[in-house]
Formats: sequence, structure tokens, C-alpha cells
Amino acid sequence: MSTPLNRHSNILDFALSSLLRRKSKNFSLLVVYTLIVFVIASLIFFVQALKREAAQILKEAPDMVVQRMVAGRHDLIPVAYGEQISAIRGVTAVSPRLWGYYYDQVFGANYTLLVPEKNLLEPGSIMIGPGVARNQRIQAGDMLALKTSRNIPLLLTVQDLYPSSSELISSDLIVLSAEDFQTMFNLPAGQVTDLAVTVANPREQVTVAAKIAELFPDTRPILKSEMLRTYDSLFEWRGGMIVVVLAVAVLSFIIFAWDKATGLSAEERKEIGILKSIGWETSDVLLLKFWEGIVVSLTAFLVGVVLAYGHVFFFSAALFEHALKGWSVIYPQFKLTPVIDVYQLTVLFFLTVLPYTAATIIPAWLSATVPPDAAMRS
Amino acid sequence: MILLTNVTKTYNTGKHNQFTAVDDVSLTVEAGRLTILKGPSGSGKTTLMALIGCMARPSSGRIQLHNIRTSFFTGADSRAPLDITSLPERFLTEIRRTTFGFIFQQFNLVKGISALENVMLPAYPTGESQGAFRRRALELMELFAVARHAASPVEWLSGGELQRVAIARALINNPAIVIADEPTAHLDSKLSREFMEMVGTLKAGGKTVLIASHDPLVYDSELADTVIGMRDGRITGLSGLS
Repeated sequence: MSTPLNRHSNILDFALSSLLRRKSKNFSLLVVYTLIVFVIASLIFFVQALKREAAQILKEAPDMVVQRMVAGRHDLIPVAYGEQISAIRGVTAVSPRLWGYYYDQVFGANYTLLVPEKNLLEPGSIMIGPGVARNQRIQAGDMLALKTSRNIPLLLTVQDLYPSSSELISSDLIVLSAEDFQTMFNLPAGQVTDLAVTVANPREQVTVAAKIAELFPDTRPILKSEMLRTYDSLFEWRGGMIVVVLAVAVLSFIIFAWDKATGLSAEERKEIGILKSIGWETSDVLLLKFWEGIVVSLTAFLVGVVLAYGHVFFFSAALFEHALKGWSVIYPQFKLTPVIDVYQLTVLFFLTVLPYTAATIIPAWLSATVPPDAAMRS
Repeated sequence: MILLTNVTKTYNTGKHNQFTAVDDVSLTVEAGRLTILKGPSGSGKTTLMALIGCMARPSSGRIQLHNIRTSFFTGADSRAPLDITSLPERFLTEIRRTTFGFIFQQFNLVKGISALENVMLPAYPTGESQGAFRRRALELMELFAVARHAASPVEWLSGGELQRVAIARALINNPAIVIADEPTAHLDSKLSREFMEMVGTLKAGGKTVLIASHDPLVYDSELADTVIGMRDGRITGLSGLS
């Protein structure tokens, strides 16, 4: 019985047979195409996963951070500011925070030093991130010597290590007591790095920030939403390195598709003529080329996406880490939580599968519109 | 039956290189007979066959097909002659696919695929189940003694075998009319005689066969019912018309 389904199935069958007889050409096309999809999909997965990690970190961040600015630069803030800020209507709590950076000349690495909000550690004890442990080759129970601002060594005992699951946040972290922090940096009395402000009602945050800025013109309130936006713009499509890699991949794809679009060989043209002369309609020839395009591009898309998934989520984006993870010495070693953005994958699908299929069909259409008697005359 | 009335085909109309390949031809091709178009190269034989085979439209004149069954021409109308002169391309393709089988001078087989796939090629877009036309293709290959080459790529076949595969392909959709353009041009005398024997089989099977040839082995064959002489696009003589 004649059915449209049979027609599709027969022509698909012939399309596969057609692809197989130009094995090496089509296989190399498939490899190049898969590679391009792999690079773009890896970027999408990687950036999405990093954005998610960033969002997770910021979930724990305070609603607002108030920093003092001197000559346009971040400076220490008096704890007394906090008392006046907590009196503003809508503010639930204000916590002074102590944190800073320490450069280890011996190992050439930068560490982040942080005093926890709650008094978790005795003076002389620290907790360190896995990156610091690797860099210093130390573990729990070992001693770590840091040089204070007065050039005196401060010996600290590693009480514990942060688990590797939190490595993205804690890799370069050294958590210490307020007393040890003071010994390290010798801050003026009554001054802290910044103030963490909690505002219960999210709708009031902007108003509270405006009031703080008015009350203390030398401060800069930073909202959590602003931090999220910064992370977003850092990792989104337009972000630095990503745009370069993406542009190269897209450009390769355009060259590739263009080559394909203009590359209908004399043999392929002759075959189209034969098909027309033996009773194939132009639409049948286009259907054949459509299936050929779909088979190559869909296979490349699926294989590329699966490989990219493995690369990013099982091998921690090994090909990108040095370029994109951003640490100079302490590279965090972490497994990203799988995140799939259906919208971006759909965009990738339409940007790759459709143009390639169109690039396959258009030259075939130009050839298929020749009169069928041309084959008889060849 | 195929009826041609004052058919003319002019290429590049209005341009400096305009030429008339078929000039005011009127003839009748009887059903179930072997009709041969005889004439030198450039006499218009191939163009006339392309017009009859719905591959091209005439510039003027009419071509009518009698007793043709199509999906768009059914019921009581199907007994009336079908004028193919002004049919849209889609309908012409359907007639070409269902009514005509073509055997080309160069065989026009697709390289890289098997002989069997080549035979099945005209049936792929018909929507028929592949199992059905595969069986038919194997039967035809058996009939023309090329079944043992079914799985071989056509590049491996000899000239005579290619010819037989081309004939099997022309018959896959069970056409009423078989058109062959210079079918013996690339064959030696022995193979040409074998080809004419196969034509005899087709004729005996009730097919209308139309051959364009300037090979005496073809146009002097006893099988020929009508031989039409052509030169410069015009009919110069007609013989054997019953």
C-alpha cells in the first residue's frame, strides 16, 4: 500500500545508503561538525554550571554589604557605622565582617583570609580549603606559618579541611579567629572590612540602601541582586574569553556550512539529474537531501552534546579550566553539578542543525529544478 | 496509444542561438507495438522521446495519451485521452513515474550503490512498501539474468549487464510504455541482438516500446512494427505502419 510514511522511510533509507557510499567525506564532515557542537555545548554547560554555583554561593551571601570608600577605593569601615545602620527601619541585623587577602611569596599563591561570623575557632587554629592544603602540602594537625604585617611569623594549626565538595568556594580559603586576623593585619581599633546588612523584606532593600548612602556618603551599599548581576555578566555569552571561543566556533561552523552549501560535486548534480529523469519530483530530491542533512547534523548535534556533557560534568571541563577557571596558582578541583539549560540547547540546535540542513538543501534545490530531460542529453 | 499533433519544440526562443529540435511532427504510437525512431545524430529523436516521455513540454502542438491511469485522472474521465501538453510539472512527474520506463544511452545508473538499489530507485518515492518493490526488483533481475549481481556496485558490471540492470530499472514501476534512447550505442553486435531479444520479451508482455536508434540491428529488426525516419526535426518517412 502506498503511504506518505513509506515514502519517507524509503527515501530515508536511500539517504543513508547515499551517505555510506561517500563514507570518508561524510565521516570527516561528521567529525568536524561534532567538534564544533562539542566546543559550543561545552561552553554552554560550563557557563551554566558556573552560574549555578555562583548563585548557590550567593544564596548564603548577606542581603547587602556596606563598604566604605576612600578616594574611590574600598577602605576599612568603622564598626560604629553599623550601630546607626541597624537603627534604620527595615534593617534586621548588621554584622561586621573581617576578611582579606594574603600573598604567600614562597608558593606564589593568593589566599583568602576570613573570620567567621560565629566564633568557631580558638586563636591559633585555622580551617583551610583543599587548594591551600594542596599548595602547602599540609593536612589537619599540621602547622602553617603566615607572615604578619609586622614581618613576624604567625604559627597556626590546621584544625580541619573544608570538604572537596565545596572546593569552588573554599579552595583558597583560610578561616581563622578574629584575634589571629588582628595579629596578621594589625587593623586600627573599631574598624572592620565591611558590614553585612540583613533586610527582611526584599522590597525594602533598595530604599534601605538609599538611606545608608544618604546617611554615610562615604559608603557604598552593594545589594545581593547586584552581585548576582555581576556574576551573570561575567559568565554570560558576552563575557570575555567565552565570546572569543564562541566566535571561533560559530565562525568555523559558518565556513563549514558555506563550504557545504557551495560544494555540490558534478557527480552529485548528475545523480540529481538521473533521479529527476526516472520519475523523482523536485520535492523527492529535496526530501532526500533533507534527510541526508538531518542525519549528519542531528548525529553531530547529539554526539557533540553528549561528549560536552561528559567533558564538563565528569571531567570538570579539562580543556577549558586553565583558560576559564580564573585562578593563577590555586586551581580549584571540583565536579560541577549538571545543569542543562533547555533554552540554550534549543538555540544551539536551531543554530547548527537548521543552517546545515538548509545548506544541504539549497544547492540541491538549484540542481533539482533543472528539466528532467537534461539527464537524457548528458 | 500516444497521439502527437503538430508538435514543435524550440529551444532558446528569441535568442541568437534559437533552434528548433522538433518541427511540426504529427504521429501515432500504437499501444503494445514496437515503434522505432530512426535518424542521424541531431535529427530530433531524443527531443521527441523526451516530449513523449513527459520530460519536456512542446513549444506548440498537442500530445495525448490514451488509456492512462493516474491518481489525478480517474473515474469516467480515465477513458478519455489525456492531453499532457499543459499539465503542471507535478502531474507530468507522476505520469513519467507510473506510465513510462526509461532506458538511457549512457544507462544513467547511480554509482556507489548496488545494482538492486539502482533497479529499485524509481520506486522509492512512490510510497509503496520497500518489501514489495524489492521482491519485484529481484524478480526483474532474475528475468534479465543479473540477479547474481544484485548486491554488487554497478561499477563492477560489464556493459551488457549494465544494460540489463537499466532495463530492469525501467520496468520496476510496471510502466505501460518503455522508452529507450540509443540503447545499443555502447554495445557490440552480440549484446545488441540480446537487447533486441529482451525488447521482444517486453513486447510479448504487452508493453508499448519506443526506441530511438540509428543502429541497423535495431531499426531493421523483425520485431519493429513501425519505423519512423527523422531528419532536421521532421519526419522523413514512415514504414511498417499497419
